[in-house]
Amino acid sequence: MKQQIIVSGIGGQGVLFLTRVIAQVAVNRNIPVLTSETHGMAQRGGTVLSTIKIGDFAGPLIRTGQADLGLLLWEANQPVHQTLLKSDGIWVINSDKAGDGVRIDAAEIARQLGNAVLLNLILLGVAVRDGLIDFTIEECETAIQQLAPAKFVAQNVAAFRKGLEQP
Amino acid sequence: MDTQIQLLMGNEAIGRGLIEAGCQVAAAYPGTPSTEILQAIIDRQNQAVEPLHVEWSVNEKIAFEVALAAAYTGKRSVAVMKQVGLNVAADPFMRTAYLGVKGGMLTIVADDPGPHSSQNEQDTRLFCLQGRVPVIDPASPAEAKALIEPAYQLSEKYELNIVLRPTTRICHSRQNVSLAAPQILERRSAFEKNPTRWAATPAFLPALHRSLNEKLEKIAVEPDWQPRLTPGDTSQPRTALVASGIVYANLVDLLDELGLTGAVDLYQVLMPYPLNPEFCRELREKYDRILVLEETYPVIELQLAHPGARGKQDGTVPREGELTPDVIHQVLAAFLDLEHPGEIPGARRGQRPSLCPGCPHRSAFYSIKKCFPKGIFPSDIGCYTLGMNLGAVSTVHCMGACISQGAGFYQSYRQDGADFPTIVVTIGDSTFFHSGIPALVNAVVQQARIIVVILDNATTAMTGGQPVPHMGVAAGGRKTKAIAIEPLVKASGVEFLETCDPYNHERFETLLKQANNHIRKNDGGVAVLISRHGCIMDPAVRKAQERTRITILDTCIGCEKCTGAFECPALTMDREKEVAVVDQDRCIGCGTCIHVCPVGAIVKEDPA
Repeated sequence: MKQQIIVSGIGGQGVLFLTRVIAQVAVNRNIPVLTSETHGMAQRGGTVLSTIKIGDFAGPLIRTGQADLGLLLWEANQPVHQTLLKSDGIWVINSDKAGDGVRIDAAEIARQLGNAVLLNLILLGVAVRDGLIDFTIEECETAIQQLAPAKFVAQNVAAFRKGLEQP
Repeated sequence: MDTQIQLLMGNEAIGRGLIEAGCQVAAAYPGTPSTEILQAIIDRQNQAVEPLHVEWSVNEKIAFEVALAAAYTGKRSVAVMKQVGLNVAADPFMRTAYLGVKGGMLTIVADDPGPHSSQNEQDTRLFCLQGRVPVIDPASPAEAKALIEPAYQLSEKYELNIVLRPTTRICHSRQNVSLAAPQILERRSAFEKNPTRWAATPAFLPALHRSLNEKLEKIAVEPDWQPRLTPGDTSQPRTALVASGIVYANLVDLLDELGLTGAVDLYQVLMPYPLNPEFCRELREKYDRILVLEETYPVIELQLAHPGARGKQDGTVPREGELTPDVIHQVLAAFLDLEHPGEIPGARRGQRPSLCPGCPHRSAFYSIKKCFPKGIFPSDIGCYTLGMNLGAVSTVHCMGACISQGAGFYQSYRQDGADFPTIVVTIGDSTFFHSGIPALVNAVVQQARIIVVILDNATTAMTGGQPVPHMGVAAGGRKTKAIAIEPLVKASGVEFLETCDPYNHERFETLLKQANNHIRKNDGGVAVLISRHGCIMDPAVRKAQERTRITILDTCIGCEKCTGAFECPALTMDREKEVAVVDQDRCIGCGTCIHVCPVGAIVKEDPA
C-alpha cells in the first residue's frame, strides 16, 4: 500500500487531530508512515496543511500533482492546495454548496452533534465509506480511541460513524 | 510502555531519545519549531529512570548556561531552542567550544527554512562553523532520535558540546519510531575544580583553542559520522549528489518517483561540520560534477570547495527558501538533463492568521490605534505580532527589541525639536521576562518618553501555553515562587504604572490618555500600562467569562469596521447583502465587538 493524502483547513478546525488518526491507523497496521504538519503562527486561524505519506517513503512532503486524496475542511483552501492533487486525485470537501469532488455539509452535521470541530472525523467517515482510503471501520475507531481524550471518545466515534452513514 | 513502536512527532522522538540516553538536566525557552521537544520530556518525565530536572528557562542564554553547568558535573544535559534562540545564547555557546564539558551536552537548535514561523531562515550549521562546534543534521524523526545516544558519546569522548540541528520538517513530521529502554548511568554530580579551564583567562585560551582544533580534526574522521554513500550504477559516471537533513529524504523520494534510485552516486552528510578533508579530496578526485543540496546556507558546499560543484554558490540551487520536493525536482532535472518538470505552480495565499475571537490583544490594539491614530507602534514576537492586521504594530524585530526600539524612535524624534509622536510599545508577558526588563531599565535611565503596554495574558500563548514567571508554576505544573510584573516595573524606576482589563475599553482608553499626558509632562518618562486578561485559548479563561449570543441587527450599514479595523474572525461580510454576519461556530460571545459598531447594530441577543 502506498498512498499520499493531504488534509487542508484553517487553524482550530482539527486538521492535526485528523492527520494523527490517519497516521495512527498505519502505525497500528505496521506500515511506515510520514506526516508533515503546520504549527506556529498559522494555527491562529490561518490556512494549515498536513501531508500524509503511507508506505515506503523517506520524506513527508508531497510534490505537485502527487496526492491521491485531499480532505478539505475549509472549502476556500481548494484553489490554494489544488495543485498538490493528482489529475485523477479526489477531494472530499466540507461544503454546503454543489460542485466537484465528494461534498458533504460536515459542518452542519457536526453542529447537530454539538460541536463544529467534529467535522474532521465526518470527512474521514465519508472517505472510508467511499473506499478512498483503505482502512477498515474498526481500524479507524481504534485509532480514535487511542488518540482522543477519554471524555471526547464517544463524540468523536459518533462523528466518524455519521460520515460513514451518509447516503 | 505498552508498544515499542509509536507514532511520534520529530520533537517527541527527540524528547524521548533524550530520556533514553539518560539526560538529567533539560532546559529550554519555547519557540517554533522547537517547542514540543521539552514538552515531550515533561510529558514523559515519569519514563525517566533517574532524576531529571526539566525547566522552561526565562530565555535561551539562561537555558544554555543551566545545561552547561550540569554537564560540568559529569551528567548528561541538553539545551533546546529555535534557531534565533541561539543568537540569544551565542555568548556562552561560543566560549563553550573552547572550554568544553565533562558529561555529555547537546544543544538542540531547530532551524526553520522557509521560514514558516520565524524572523529569518538562518542556518545553525553555519553558526557552528563559525563557533567551531560539531553539528549533526538528521533526515527524519526516527534518525534524529537514533543519533542522540551516539551524539552524547561523541560529546563525552571529546568533552565538547555537540549541536543537533533538526529543521521544521523534522520537528513537525510524524513517523513510526521505535522505543528503547532508558539507560541507567548512575552518575553523581562531581564537579572537579579547574579554574584554568572553567574560568580560563586569556593566558589559558590559546592552549584551549589549540586543543579544540586538534579535537575537531579527530572528530572529522570519526568512522561513525562519515558521509554515507549509496552507490550508483555508473550510468551517470563521474557525477554525484550530496545532500543532508530533510533535503536528503526529499531527494530519496524524488529519485524513487523518477525511477532513478541507484542510478547516481548519492551521499548523505550526517555531520556537515566538521567535514572530513579526506572526503572532500575524494569527491574532487572521483567526480567532475557534484550537486550539493542543503538547507539553508552552502555550509557543506563551502567546505567541499569542489571545482565542479553545483549548488547555492553558483545559483543552481535557490539561495533562499525551503528546498521542497518541487524545487529539488527542478534543480535535479537541470543537473541530470532530465525532462523539465514544468514550472512550479505559483503559491496561492490562503487564509491569513489572525488573533483568536475574544483575544484580549485585539481589544488592546483597537484602543491603542483609536487613541493614537498617528502613533508609532513597536511590537514584538508572539501572537500579538498579528496586531499588524489592526494597524497597531509598526515594527517587529527580535525578542525584546520593542522597548529599546521605542526608546530609539523617541531619541531620534526628540532631537529634531518638534513635537514627538506618541510611541506605544506592545510586549507580551513572556517576552517581557525574556529580554524586556534590561530594555525597560535602559529606557528609564535614558529618559525615553514612551508608553509601554505589557500584554499580560498569563501564558506563552504563541507556542502553546508554556508557564510564565509571574504565575507561580514551573514546567509540568510544579508550584514555584511567582515573580510579579508590577514590582519589577516599579523597581525599574517607572513612575506611571496602571493595570487594566482591555475588555473594559473605556477605562483602558482613559488610562492610555493619562499615560500620554505622563510622558509629555515636564518631568515625564516611561509610562507602563499592563493590559491584563487571560489567553482565550485557555479553557478556564473562556469558562470564567460571560458568554452571550451576539447578533447583528438589520440596521448594519456594512461599514466593515468590525471585520476590518477590529478584524474579528468570527465576523464576516455577507457580500450579497453587504452586511456583517456572525459565524456562531467561531464566536465565543465575549461582546468586545459591540462598542466597535458605529450604529449599534451589534447586540447581545435577548436570551428570551
